[in-house]
This record gives sequence, C-alpha cells and structure tokens, in this order.
Amino acid sequence: MLEYLLKRILYAVPIALGVSLVCFLLVHIAPGDPLVSVLPADASQEMQEQLRAAYGFDKPLPVQFGLWIWRALGGDLGFSIATGRPVAAEVWRAIGNTFMLAVFAAAFGFLVGAFLGFVAGYYRGTWVDRASSALAVAGISLPHYWLGMVLVIIFSVQLNWLPATGAGPGGSADWEWDWQHMRHLILPALTMSVIPLGIVARSVRALVSDILSQEFVDALRAKGLSERGIFLHILKNAAPTGLAVMGLQLGYLLGGSILIETVFAWPGSGFLLGNAILQRDLPLLQGNILVLAMFFVTLNLLVDLVQTWLDPRIKRG
Amino acid sequence: MSAASAAVSSEAGQVPVASRGYWSNVLRRLARDKVAMACLAVLVLILLAAIFAPLIAPGDPYRGSIIRRLRPIGTEGYPLGTDELGRDMLTRLIYGGRLSLFMGIVPVLNAFLIGTFLGVVAGYVGGKTNMAIMRTIDVFYAFPSVLLAIAISGALGAGIFNSIVSLTVVFIPPIARVAESVTTQVRNLDFVDAARASGAGALTIIRVHILGNVLGPVFVYATGLVSVSMILASGLSFLGLGTKPPEAEWGLMLNTLRTAIYVQPAVAALPGAMIFVTSICFNLFSDGLRSAMDVKL
Amino acid sequence: MSASIPQGIADEDIGGPAQPLLSIRGLVKHFPIKGGVLNRTVAVVQAVDGIDFDVAKGETLGIVGESGCGKSTTARLLVRLIDPDAGEVLYDGLKIGAQDGLDLREMRRHVQMVFQDSFASLNPRLTIEDSISFGPKVHGLGAKEAKARARELLQQVGLNPNLFVRRYPHELSGGQRQRVNIARALALRPRLVILDEAVSALDKSVEAQVLNLLQDLKAELGLTYVFISHDLNVVRYMSDRVMVMYLGRVAEIGPVDAIYGNPRHPYTKALLSAMPSMDPDARTQEAPIAGDPPNPINPPAGCRFHTRCPFSEPVCAAKVPDLAAVAGDAKHAVACHMNVAGSGHSRTAGAA
Repeated sequence: MLEYLLKRILYAVPIALGVSLVCFLLVHIAPGDPLVSVLPADASQEMQEQLRAAYGFDKPLPVQFGLWIWRALGGDLGFSIATGRPVAAEVWRAIGNTFMLAVFAAAFGFLVGAFLGFVAGYYRGTWVDRASSALAVAGISLPHYWLGMVLVIIFSVQLNWLPATGAGPGGSADWEWDWQHMRHLILPALTMSVIPLGIVARSVRALVSDILSQEFVDALRAKGLSERGIFLHILKNAAPTGLAVMGLQLGYLLGGSILIETVFAWPGSGFLLGNAILQRDLPLLQGNILVLAMFFVTLNLLVDLVQTWLDPRIKRG
Repeated sequence: MSAASAAVSSEAGQVPVASRGYWSNVLRRLARDKVAMACLAVLVLILLAAIFAPLIAPGDPYRGSIIRRLRPIGTEGYPLGTDELGRDMLTRLIYGGRLSLFMGIVPVLNAFLIGTFLGVVAGYVGGKTNMAIMRTIDVFYAFPSVLLAIAISGALGAGIFNSIVSLTVVFIPPIARVAESVTTQVRNLDFVDAARASGAGALTIIRVHILGNVLGPVFVYATGLVSVSMILASGLSFLGLGTKPPEAEWGLMLNTLRTAIYVQPAVAALPGAMIFVTSICFNLFSDGLRSAMDVKL
Repeated sequence: MSASIPQGIADEDIGGPAQPLLSIRGLVKHFPIKGGVLNRTVAVVQAVDGIDFDVAKGETLGIVGESGCGKSTTARLLVRLIDPDAGEVLYDGLKIGAQDGLDLREMRRHVQMVFQDSFASLNPRLTIEDSISFGPKVHGLGAKEAKARARELLQQVGLNPNLFVRRYPHELSGGQRQRVNIARALALRPRLVILDEAVSALDKSVEAQVLNLLQDLKAELGLTYVFISHDLNVVRYMSDRVMVMYLGRVAEIGPVDAIYGNPRHPYTKALLSAMPSMDPDARTQEAPIAGDPPNPINPPAGCRFHTRCPFSEPVCAAKVPDLAAVAGDAKHAVACHMNVAGSGHSRTAGAA
C-alpha cells in the first residue's frame, strides 16, 4: 500500500516533466523566431537583452528547457506581450474565478449526473433507464458553447432574468459572495455542468448495473437484506470508482473552461487564454497552459491516491 | 481410409452449427438496432447533402447583401433566414457540413492509423519499447483534451491544417491506449503462441493474428471520438483558431452569429443545432456498433 | 510451378533409432519478479531449475506433477516459446539454435505443440482451414497446397473436411476444436509433438476419443510425444516412460510400469496413493501428502520435497540429491537420498 503510494507519486514526476516539456515546446513549434514571439511589442532594448539572457535563446534547446523550468519553479513565467505584466500574476488572478466556476459546475453536474446514472442503473431496462441514458448521451453530444448561447437567449435575451456576461456588476472581475455575483455565476455554471453530467451519469450507470449483476447482490437479497441495505451496499462499492471519474471530470472542467468563459466573458483563466490566442500572446498562452496542465496532473495524482485509500483492494502494477 | 479416420465418432461427427462470418453477424445485429439505423440515416443524409452541396443548395454560400441581413426563419426565398452578412443560412448550413464533417472525421482517422500503429507495436513488442511509447503517450494524456487542442492550435496559429494537426495529437493517446491494452490481451492468448511455435515472424503474426482481433474494438472506440472531434473542431473555429471567415463551417458560423442573438436568436442557434444533431447521431451509432460487436472497453 | 517448403537438414532421421530424438541437459528457466518502488527484481521464480532427460524416437514420455511444478514451462522451453536461461536442447543430436546445429526456424517444423485451452489456441477470426494452413504457408507452401493439406489433415483427425473447412472456432464443440488443434500441430509434419494438458479440459467421454485418436496418429505417422498432464490415469494409459516433476526438478523418471508399480521417490508414492483408483478394492487408505507445495519463489534448500516428506532427515535439507539409477534397473532413476547408499540417510537402499 505505502509502496504503491510512493510509486505513484514518483511516477507523477516524469509525467509532470513531460508536460512541462510539451508546454515549453509550444513556443518553439510556433512559426517565426521564438524570441520575437515572446517579446512585448514595445520592449525596450534593455528588456530585449534581459529576456534573451534569461531565455538563453542562443543556447541549445535542452539548456533552454532547464533554464525555463528553473524560472517556472521560481514562479517566473515570463511577460505577457499584450500587457507587459508578468504572466504568473495574470494567471493567478484569473484562475480563482475559473475555480469558482468549475466547483459550482462540478457540484451541480456530479449530483444530477450521479442521480441519473444511479436511477438508470438501478432500474435497468425500464423507461427510466432509457430516459436518463438518453439525457446522458445528449449531455455528451452537446457543444456546450452552443448550450451557453441558447441559455443566454432564453434567460437573458427573452426572459431577462439573468445577466448574459461578466462575473459581477459593472464588469467586476473579483469575486464576492453576494447575490449580484451569484446571479452572474448561474448561467455559466449551469452550462458547464453539462460536460461532466453526461459522463458521470454514464459511468455511474455502468458501475451500478455491473455491481447489481454480481452474485453477491443476489446473496444479500437471499439473506433477506432490505432494498435500502442493498442500496447502501451498491453505494459503498461504487464510491471509489465514481469518485475517480468525478475527480478527473473536475480536471477537465478546469482545462476545458475556455469555451464557456469566452461565451460568457467570464474573467477566468480560459478567458485569459482566449485573449492570449486572439492577440497571439505566446508567453501568456504557454504559462496559462502550464499552470492548468499542472493542476490536472496534481488532481489526477490526488484522485488516484484517494481511490487507493478508499479501496485498498485495488491492486495496481 | 486411414486408421485415424476410422475413429470418426459421435463427437467428431457432429455437424457444426453453421453461422455466418463474424462481420456479417455484426451487420445483422446492427441492422436490427433501430436507433443506430436512424442515426446512420441522418448521418448519411447530412454527408450526401455536404458532398452534393453545389447541386442542392439554393444559393451561393459567400454572396451576401447588407440590405437583407439577419432575416428571420421562414423569410420568402430564405427558408432558414440570413446571417449577419445577409447570406442564405440554409445554403451555408449545407456547405458548412463539408468542413465540419471533414474536421470531425479526418483527425480521428489520422489518430486511428497512428495510434493503432503505436499501440500495437507497444503491446506486441512489450518491454522497453512499450515503456518508451506508453510513457510518452501518458504525457499527452495528462492534458485535458480541450486544453491540449487549444495549446497546439494556439501555438501553431489558425487554419484548417493546424487544427487537424492539433486534433490528431489529441486523439492519438486515447486510441493508442486502447490498442495497446487489446493487443496485450490478444498477444497472451495461446493462438499467438501457436503461431510463434510454427515459426511465423512478428510481422506475419501481427498481420494475420493480432490486427484482425484488435482493429475492431479500436475502430468502435474511434467512432465514438468523431463526435468529440467535431465539437472540438467547431470549438477551435469558435475561438478563431480553426477555419477562417468567410468559410462556411458550423463552429465559425456560431461564432460570427454570436452578436446576433439579440436580433435573431433562432437563426443564431441553428449552426449549433447542426453540430448537436450530427454529434449525437455519431455517438448513438457508435454505441450501437459497440453493442453489435459486443466490445467491452 | 508452386511454392513448397524448402528442404531442411533434419527432415530425414539422422542418428538412427538409438539416438534420442530429444536430449535435455541442465535446462534452467527462472522468472524474475519485479517490484518495489524502483521496479527492481525482488524475487525469482525457479520454474525449471536444472533438468535432464531424453525422449527416445517413437516413444511417449509422460510428464506429471502438481500445478506449479514446471511442467508447462518445460513444454514452452521445448518448443522455444521461451528461451532457457541455461542448458541445452539437442534435437536428433543437433543443438538447437547453435551455429553448427539446427536453426530455430527449421526446429519449429519438427517440434510442434498442442495447448490445453482449445478455444484460446485458435484465432476466433480465422476459419478452421486458415488456422491449419497458416504454419505451412509461413514455411513457404503455396496457398493451394496448404489448403489441400488442411483438408487432408481434417480427414486424418476424424473431421469431415467438407463440413469443417469454412467454419469458425466458436461453431465447434470442445472436442472438435481440440482435433483441429491437433491437425494444426501436425500441419508442418513434425516428428515430435508436445501435448500440454491437451485433453485435460475435455469431458471424460470426449477425452477418451481424443486419446485414441492421438494413439492412432502416432502409429500411423511415426510420431514421438511428450505428454504432459496432471491426470495420472491418462498418463499411464498414454506413456511408455514417465517423468515426475516437483518444484522445477525431476523427482523420478522411468518406464511406466516401474513408476506405477515400483515407485521409489516418496513424492511419487504420495501422488500415486492420492490417485483415484479404477478398482475399488485396490483403493488405499493411506493419507496423501499433507499441505500445499511450497512456493517456487523460495523453494526449500536441499531436496525440495523434504518439507513434506515423511522420511525427511537432516541430510535432505542439507544436500540436493542427484538423479541416480535405481539398483537393478538402469532405466529407472530417482532423485532421493534413500536411493543412494552412503548418502547419510538412515533408510538408504543398503542400510534398510
């Protein structure tokens, strides 16, 4: 057990390195001179020299990678071309908003998805199963940026109940716990929740119907266990895998929020990424993606560790 | 008559239950699946419309007019209205299917070829080769797919070719993983050992014994990715990373019509509805194919 | 013009009837077990640990032992599905894989194997005909000739070619599939066939039919068999000589009558006493050996059987007994200190 945990943590290190390498190379696969693509347009001569030295563009690639990693570990992700501000500060400011959105979306999507999946799996083969499975497939097939638009059309344009864009009144980008801010959160969070909803529903359905078809459930029934007892049994058995699916989905939400944030002009890391793309702000793009990907890798690791802890039977090689 | 054939007995003499080949069985089961067949029909319809767009479409997808911008659905001469530049929506939706389907299918096809190759090699050769291939795959797998597609597209810049490259990179890891795990399973079956014992080389064994058992499940898995690819590709266009105006492509149309939701919401929602319908049909068809082939992933 | 299988150096008999078809010398196969944080080798399974035996031309050598004793590893070593760590295998006097010996590719034609699982050993996507003709085609036989050979072989194993060539494995019964597997093994016209639990998964009535088929084929084609099974009755019925394995080593080897009628190794005796007899009056009341076989990862030192042997003495734990001929029967050999005079065991043949 301890050995597995240790192994899993050690295994995450080369993955994280590989992920950083891919992020590092992003600037190099971009057409044109890498120095030009990371240089603010109004960069002074002094800044140019400073960047050239820091990035070591005259040195071989592996050395550049080493330098880059070293600076990234120290929190230096370069400077945004568009604003000239440090990338790390920009990303950190935005990522909080993304987190807020992702957590709300995940909470809603997981609850509804798990409920739908559970009901479908428990009543396998009935119309309840078919209806909730259909809903799950629809959830997977929806282009969520389009759903966002449709929700805006219905609730903002037609009914005028909720704001269409932004994170707070008057273009406020900083979160506050009040009704005005909450109102702004509802539509994007609802839209985003559809992404995990379908997948969670499908996985939970498969899990539950798999457990129900195992012999021990029949044995429990034969022993006279009540349906409520069986329900709890299923819950206990499905929990570790279910949690793992949800953990991964939370990661996908963090990484996949860009389209929804663009639709709703939500000032999170995805919106920042969208702007970086529009303005071809490569350092911002690179730094932003590195931070999001690292979050994902860490989350993956945590999910795995928690899963092992919940279900020590899982033996992995 | 040899001595051995004289030993023909009740057990050996039983006539085997005739059944058709594996694939005709799969097709028969698939044909009985009403949902899958309905989806296939819709997909074929959309595909045919896209291929024969110049013949069916009522107008020119690029010629617009400022005076008839954003007409509602049901306008005389424009059954689905006009877009923000006054171009006929029906025509553009029909033409849009070309690029959208292309962007949904081509990256998955590329990834199917490359990913299967990598997965089969990793699974069959095993050892250090497997380590090298699969650990590299793991690195790409460690990115959420949307993020990876956007990262590569964002770095390479907008364009159809760049989008295809980035989406191909996104889909190689999951396909390679499936191919590797199926290959590893098949490779440990006795018939592969029997083939090795008869002196066949690795390439012959892969060709005759491995691929026949691996391609099916991997293909089913890949068909399920087409809808993801379509949504992602349209998403890239939506962000300005895929196709460029004035090209007709559903994701791009959705993007350019975004400001029109206050004027003609129904028209603005149409391209997304097309993406939704196509993608749900791909998903349901893939599900049908999976159960017809009885593939467990 | 049609393609045919090229001539090999061992197609015809080389050493004459007195030379063993197969000679195994000091064969060793250990499997490392990886583990720990750094994935290093933490243990070694001594699956086969230095075995020697011969298989004479035209005989059937039975190999018996509990599961995990190394029977199947031995089979896989003989057909070179896995490479030995040490030791050599001579085929009709030719060292397999050696420069001046028999090359691996040709050896494949002469030595074939039938597996236990009749279903897993046939490719579900290939017709029976394609499965049988695969080997000959690999070795260069033309497609048409290979097909003709497949039909001929189906006839030989008692299956009507017209009914079976186009069928798929899942359409056949277990016995029919195993007949196909036998045909497939014979497709390269081998002289030696390794039968690894080849009838163990079949129903008893079907098993008997397949065993008879194997006997008929052997007589008709002049084959040599290595017959591996955990079923002592079946081994007795099939074999001329029997080898008993225990934890990767040979415990006893000899003519079938000697092994069954005059077993010398305590392990062989225990195995035989545990065997359900066909004759109710002959059933022994003697308790079979106690306990499970020790783990092959950490086999006991000295004689590997000493932890379960009723006659175990200090010498058994200290020294590995050599495989030595039984007094009065040069063909019968046993690896037990009780067989060797002066070994230090109180019950040696002389001291008793």
